[in-house]
Amino acid sequence: MKRTGAQILWEALIREGVSTVFGYPGGAILPAYDAMLEFPIKHVLVRHEQGATHMADGYARAGGGVGVAVATSGPGATNMVTGIATAMLDSSPIVCITGQVGSKLIGSDAFQETDITGVTLPITKHNYLVSRAQDVARAVKEAFYVAKSGRPGPVLLDITKDAQQASCEVEWDDSEVTLPGYRPDLRATQEVYQRAIDMINNAKRPIIFAGHGIMLSGAMEVVRALAERANIPVAMTLLGIGGFPASHPLNLGMMGMHGEAWVNSAIQEADLLLAFGMRFDDRVTGNLATYAQNAKKIHIDIDPAEFNKNVKVDVPLTGDLRHVLEEILPHVTEGDRSSWLKAIEAMKGDCAVRDIQNLPDSGHLYAAHVINDLWRVTDGDAIVVTDVGQHQMWEAQYYHHDQPRTLITSGGLGTMGFALPAAIGAKFACPDKEVWAVVGDGGFQMTQAELATIAQEQIKVNVAIINNGYLGMVRQWQEFFYDRRYAATPLLNPDFVKLAEAYGLSGMAVTKRAGVVPGVEAAREHAGAVILEFKVEQEDSVFPMVPAGADLDKMIRRPSPIVETAAD
Amino acid sequence: MRHTFAVHVEDTPGVLNRVASLFRRRAFNIESLTVGHTETAGVSRMTIVADTDDHGALRLEANLYKLVNVLRVDDITVRPSVQRDLAMIKVAATPETRTHVMQLVDVFRARVIDVAPDSVIIEATGPEDKIDGLVEVLRQYGVIEMVRTGCVAMARGPKIGGLGDGVERGTQVADEAPADDSNVSYSV
Repeated sequence: MKRTGAQILWEALIREGVSTVFGYPGGAILPAYDAMLEFPIKHVLVRHEQGATHMADGYARAGGGVGVAVATSGPGATNMVTGIATAMLDSSPIVCITGQVGSKLIGSDAFQETDITGVTLPITKHNYLVSRAQDVARAVKEAFYVAKSGRPGPVLLDITKDAQQASCEVEWDDSEVTLPGYRPDLRATQEVYQRAIDMINNAKRPIIFAGHGIMLSGAMEVVRALAERANIPVAMTLLGIGGFPASHPLNLGMMGMHGEAWVNSAIQEADLLLAFGMRFDDRVTGNLATYAQNAKKIHIDIDPAEFNKNVKVDVPLTGDLRHVLEEILPHVTEGDRSSWLKAIEAMKGDCAVRDIQNLPDSGHLYAAHVINDLWRVTDGDAIVVTDVGQHQMWEAQYYHHDQPRTLITSGGLGTMGFALPAAIGAKFACPDKEVWAVVGDGGFQMTQAELATIAQEQIKVNVAIINNGYLGMVRQWQEFFYDRRYAATPLLNPDFVKLAEAYGLSGMAVTKRAGVVPGVEAAREHAGAVILEFKVEQEDSVFPMVPAGADLDKMIRRPSPIVETAAD
Repeated sequence: MRHTFAVHVEDTPGVLNRVASLFRRRAFNIESLTVGHTETAGVSRMTIVADTDDHGALRLEANLYKLVNVLRVDDITVRPSVQRDLAMIKVAATPETRTHVMQLVDVFRARVIDVAPDSVIIEATGPEDKIDGLVEVLRQYGVIEMVRTGCVAMARGPKIGGLGDGVERGTQVADEAPADDSNVSYSV
């Protein structure tokens, strides 16, 4: 039986296991939308195509599958660019489907024509322009294969209107995709493995770096087994949070620009870094010239292009992290590293005092308190989706994640506006989980229109707006490095409670610390989505901080404990 | 220093753009790029000369392999290879100076392929420095216009392996000495 390209598209998606897509219709994708009604597909109507891509991204990160976003040609497609770049930098598997003008019109500057495969060339793992109905099935299959295999990433399928409308016979091919130039499964030699094993067994002051690759390869258990057997402490990148339990005695905390002071100090003292699925981003390393000079480096990554990109490594090990570690683990000897662990404990000193819950209530509301209370009330079990900025760093510091895929955040691209739509996507991937978007007052307003999506879909996503009336992280940089000249960072905000109500949702404002726990509890108990606005201290800063390009252990420390700041 | 890459790619629309975009995005300068068909249908070969150090060359190679349409990358800088550039040079040549020009052409083993009353077109092939030398001595007569292909290069000796036939998916193990700090074997 003949099928149209549009029908083939949906059937191909269903064959890839797709049940939910996030999208926005328009002229060039109309044939696909018309055909969609014949298929068991849940379509979530977004309010802006950027939202669709972040939702697909949140869906993929929370659930571990591939997220799908759909948009029309021209502006629909270009609105996806930020979301695609976000997914690219954080290795998130999404497939974006865009309509394109008819193939005979391509190149004529037709209405709503944009060369979106050209535009997205450097920010997709791969992309396709499909201009014949008979190519649709193959392209979908390849797109999903490329998106989720190897180092995951976004793939864009641009399908011309005539390819959606034309009919052809379709034969479904269930064989595995083979692309002659695509090698997602490279392996290192046995000799390299042996060098890594010897280095681990001989190390006196090793640290494991837990990166996003732990989640992507499902290596949580083997990382934990290796850390426990060899008694190696674990430091995390922002995207590695959740890859190793925060409550584990070997957990050190986050590294890097806003990492814990003792973690950065320990890195500078270490004699071996075991980099697991991370990429030595400049926010992690600080000044490369002085970075971890005493340490040999073993770097395990599925993408060999990451080796020696920023930091020269001694043993690069290509492969899927879980498979690599499963081969290494039996050869790792049980190590007594108590003197190293004691030395790190000593580095903590007074800066380890982070029991902010027991600090007296000074009458001020600090974002750190809000996040920490959110963690306590939710038993650390919620999926927390953050935006970008100060609240993001406070979340990483004060919400302790024991489970993988429970912190979803834009790490690499640092995309403001990510949280709200990504939280919606996470909720669709994990409908039984409690989902919170933690977002600043600035970032929230970039994609706040997606509140309408929450209302229309009647989903339970709670939103905590950390409102300090500033673009807080930029203000902090202005305070530290630009002589407190607050250029374009103060915000005049709407009444977020009324805004929530305008969308038919519930809103609540919290101004006192005593109101945080009741507010969070009330939001959890409420049947629908609740927007909780926390009016926090306006000029609070994230500490510690490694200034951009400074040595990793040259941190700006909190001038005094938070309780004293609060008493000012 | 200069690195010369022989890059085999699938002959699909946009592949030149993907490769060139990679160099631009990763902030590498392309000195020359040529592309044409190969002995295998559906496979094109690019010769790309880039100005970068050894570390940059390894990064380029690794990133080129990430392009789905790239089949094989060889940095032939380190191998014995033959490199050729083809130039057509239109030189002002009056009846008085034409003999001199033709003598120079002979010295450089080039050929005159067109003669007009006031000019000649010279075709020359060879390593780039030879072409540069020829152009230099012709300048005094007046180079009217010139076109060059850029470098094409080929490693000497028998061809190593084939295309797309050296990859064992899932079981591939590097078996040749790794170059510097890369321990990965590609489709060799």
